[in-house]
This record gives sequence, structure tokens and C-alpha cells, in this order.
Amino acid sequence: MSRERQINIALVIVLLTVPLWAWIKDEPFTLTLCTRMAILALAGVGLNIALGLGGLVSFGHAVFFGLGGYTMGILASHAQTYSPLMESPFLIEGTKSMPIIWLIATAVSALVAFLIGALSLRTSGVYFIMITLAFGQMFYYFAISWPAYGGEDGLSIYVRNGFPGLNTLDPVQYMVLTYALLGIALWFFSRLANSSFGLTLNAARQSPGRVQAVGIRPFKVQLFAIVISAAITGLAGALFADLNRFVSPTMFSWQTSGEIMIFVILGGVGRLFGPVAGAALFVFLEHQLGGLSEFWHIYLGLILLGVVLFARGGIVGTLAESGLKRG
Amino acid sequence: MSLMLVFEQILNGIQFGVMLFLMAAGLTLVFGVMGLINLAHGSLYMIGAFAAAAVANATGSFLLALAASLGVAAAAGALVEFLVIRRLYNRDHLDQVLATFALILIFSEGTRWLFGSFPLYLDIPDYLKGAVILPGGLQYPLYRLTIILIGLLVAIALYLLIAKTKIGVRIRAGENDREMIAALGVDISKLYTAVFAIGAALAGLAGALVGAVQSVQVGMGEPVLILAFVVIVIGGIGSIKGAFIGALLVGLTEKLGSILLLALLSSFLEPAQAKSIAMMFSSMLIYILMAVVLVVKPSGLYGRRV
Repeated sequence: MSRERQINIALVIVLLTVPLWAWIKDEPFTLTLCTRMAILALAGVGLNIALGLGGLVSFGHAVFFGLGGYTMGILASHAQTYSPLMESPFLIEGTKSMPIIWLIATAVSALVAFLIGALSLRTSGVYFIMITLAFGQMFYYFAISWPAYGGEDGLSIYVRNGFPGLNTLDPVQYMVLTYALLGIALWFFSRLANSSFGLTLNAARQSPGRVQAVGIRPFKVQLFAIVISAAITGLAGALFADLNRFVSPTMFSWQTSGEIMIFVILGGVGRLFGPVAGAALFVFLEHQLGGLSEFWHIYLGLILLGVVLFARGGIVGTLAESGLKRG
Repeated sequence: MSLMLVFEQILNGIQFGVMLFLMAAGLTLVFGVMGLINLAHGSLYMIGAFAAAAVANATGSFLLALAASLGVAAAAGALVEFLVIRRLYNRDHLDQVLATFALILIFSEGTRWLFGSFPLYLDIPDYLKGAVILPGGLQYPLYRLTIILIGLLVAIALYLLIAKTKIGVRIRAGENDREMIAALGVDISKLYTAVFAIGAALAGLAGALVGAVQSVQVGMGEPVLILAFVVIVIGGIGSIKGAFIGALLVGLTEKLGSILLLALLSSFLEPAQAKSIAMMFSSMLIYILMAVVLVVKPSGLYGRRV
């Protein structure tokens, strides 16, 4: 068994034991923290496809996180006031059903990612980072100045949306749901990374010229990667909004893009469990340091700086390679 | 829409533009010479503003405050370059983005810890208060005119520094071929520290000048930072000329865009509807401008093909 696999298994055991312990001890707050971790990790798994496999440094994944959130917010707010989204040319009504919201959230994110990706992929390097950031800011300012759905104040939902057969207001049941989705996303990521598509994407990251020379357009592969990546992050956005029963333009902000990036890099870029380790550490630090000092961001900054400067490859990467000679 | 309003907004746009140029010049120099994306540039802007506010409160002199903003920001820049930034030159952009994002967190919370969460105020000195009457009868605040003047002077000074002086020659050589200039016996790491400190000082000056119009508070640097990035990306990263043109473009779009959009929409929509749509899109205009420029010219107006 490889070192990385051992680490992954250890991580899974810890992340399953903590909520189990919290459930037995009846500590709903810890369960909520675990749910938050799973959702943020899911957003990271999405970004990891573009960033880790494709080498596409998107500084605008908050767009998709926010779109997922607003899809949920808009559909649910119409459902709770019994007013249709639109009546002509055909009737669209709001909904409180999670599966439908998830489907629409991923579809909307994927569609927008297709447009943003097609434009952004004309550039590369720093320009790619900056153009994705610009699209993020566009959506952020649009959400702030669009009065129909709360504008700057955001949008509250009174009751969490429903999932057939589950009581989603029960912290344990909602947590299990998010864990299950995270599990599916991880399985999908590992399949994707080893598929011919994943290998091509990896090749296009390392040597676009050679990929082109064997007759594959890197553009197509990379665009498809951005679309899948965005769909998963969009799903995470919808779940995150449902966890808080609240959406606001903050979900679109560039700090959100930065944080999703932090999960991936803190954990290990391109590693299967990188985003999970990163999100778990982030939520843990936020909770532990946030209780110690109101200036906990200083410590987060120092840890982040330490990881970038001295632990290249993130937590999973560093642990998996310690003791081995670096190739 | 009166012509006077347009004229006033053009001046506001130029004032905002030269301010952005002070920020963007440092960013684009650092990227051009060292190949580094520095998100923490906004923190240096904030540090300059805080230094100016603290010195102005202690001494009452605005000129001393400006000098302090230059000095403290340059010192902070040199220190950060020495401790952290120089380890990032050979890393990929992802590492640079993340490490400098971490620096923002440290600087912002550190400043909050030192000065508290409440904003500080920096007053415009008496001799710069009031308005001047421009040809055509427009009354315009003297302080804003002064900002435009300072910005233009800095732009000229920077041009002369880069085009005419020995350090300018070295900076340009460093942009083209860093191994060669190191082989010729120039201490490249000192040069890098100097370039970083110059950029930091300009950001600090911008922070102090704007701090006298707005309040001085933690987090004031980030919105400006993002606009400065938009500027250098539009202009072409590494190009000072591009940064200047880009800064004016962004400044004018920000200040003129909303009234022009409103005028355009009012010509075929009801006033209330036109106003709400113009409000919605005017804050997005700059980013739309940037996206259009990049789609048409993927490395900016004056950038080298990457």
C-alpha cells in the first residue's frame, strides 16, 4: 500500500470517527462543523479538477460556488412565497426539493463555466488568473446591485429544503447526505484522474505542444475540465447555502475564491484527498484559533505561508513523501 | 446631463486614474522584473495610509505624513521582500498567489491588532482645502487637483528613472535577461529589493493621498488592489506605459461609465427603469472592459506575447 493511500485511509477514519463521537455524545455543533467541512471539501474537489489535474489556476471559482448558492436561494424563496419565477412564455415555479435544486445548480454552473472558460482560455498564465478574477468580480457586483433577490443583504430561507425520505433539519441526516455526496465526488475524481480524459488533461498541463502534436486540441480538454470542475463547485454552493439557510454576495467574493484555493493547496494540489485534508484543517483552525484569539487570521496566514514556503505539496504531499527521496 | 457634469466626471476619472497608476506602477514593475504576482501590494497601500494618519495625528504636518507614508511603506516592502518574497521568485504563480494571500491576512490582522478596528482619519491641510474655479466656471476641489498633479509628476519621474538613470538601465536589463545581468556583476538581489521598495513606496503614497479623502481602515487596500490588477492586465503586464494608459481608461470608465450608460438607456427606457439598470451594470463595467480587452488582445494592450 502506498504511503498516500495509508494517509487517505487514516484521514477517512478520523473524519468518520469525529461525527460518530459527536452523535453519540449528542453535540450537534460538532456535527455542523463536520457538515461544513464536507461541503467546503466538495467545493475544493471541484476546483482540484481544474487546478490540480488541468493546471488551470482559476481565481474565480467563487462564481460557481455563488451560482449554486443563489440557485438554491432563488428557487426556495419562490417556493416559500408560492410565487412563480416566471409565467410567460412558460410557467417556472420555485421548489424546495434538494435533488431538483442540485440538478439545476450544477447545470447553471456548468453552462456559465462553458462561457467563462471559452473566453478565459484564450489567455494563459497570469492573464488567466486575472481574467477569472475579473469574472468573479463581475458576478459579485451584479449580486450586490441586483435588488430582486436581496442585493447586498442577501437572501434568507426559513426552512431547509427537503430530500425524499430524510429529515434534513436533523444535523446528522444532513451531514450524512453531504458526506455521501463528497464520497461520490471523490470516487468520480479518482476515476476521472485515471481515465483517458484525465491523462490527456494531465498531459495538456505538462506539455500542451506535444498534446497538440498528437492531434488533440488542449483547448477542448481544458474547457471540459473547467465545466466539470464548476459543476461540482456549484453543487457545493447549493449545499453550503442550505446549511446556512442564507445566501449573500459574499459567496461570490474574491476572498471565497481564495479560500477554495487554500483548501486545495493546503491539502495538496492534484492529490485525491488534498481538498479534504485542507478543508478539515481550515475548519479545525477556524474553530480552534477563532476561540483563542479574535485575530486568528494572523495564525492562519502564518501557517499558510509556512506550507507554501516549506511544505510544497501540501499536507498530503508532504506526509506522503517524507522519508522518501524526492524525484 | 449637463456638459459641466461630464467635465467634472472626466476630472474625477483622471484623479482616480492617476491614483490607480501609483498602485499599478509598482505591481507591474515587480511583475516585469521579478515575474512575481504580489497580492500583498494592497497591504502596502494600507500601511502607507496608517503611517500617514499616525504621523499626522502626532505632528500635525501633512507633508511629514506623506514622507512617512513613503518611508514606512518602502521599509515594510524591503523587509517583506527580504524575508518572504525573494523565496518566491522561482516558484510558479500559484505559490506566489497563495503566499502573498497569506501576507494579506497577516498584515490586515496585524494592523487591526495595532490600531484597533475603528477607522482613523487623516485631514486635508488648510492650504489644500477649498475649491478652485477652472476655465468654463467649474468649481473643483483643490485637493483633487493636487492629487492629479502629484500623480502626473510621479509618472514623469518614474519614466525618467527607468529611461535615463543607471538603475533604470539595470531594471530594464533585469526584465530582459536576469542571468546575463547577474553575470555582468550587478547584485541582482539588491536590485530586486530596490525595485520592490520603490513599488511599495508608491503604493504607500497612494494610500496616504486617498486616506485624506476617505477613512483609513483595515481592508482599504484590497478593492484598490483588484482594480490595480485590472489596470496592469489591460495595459499589458510589465509595461509602465500600459499601466498609465490602463489606469486612465479604468479611472474614466469608473467615473464616466455610469452617467453615460444612464444617458444611453434613458434615450429609450423610462427614467426609473433606466436608472435601476444603469445602477446594476455600472459597477460591472470595468470588469467587462477588462474581459473584452483580454479576449481581443490576450496579453493586454502593450504586453509582450506570453
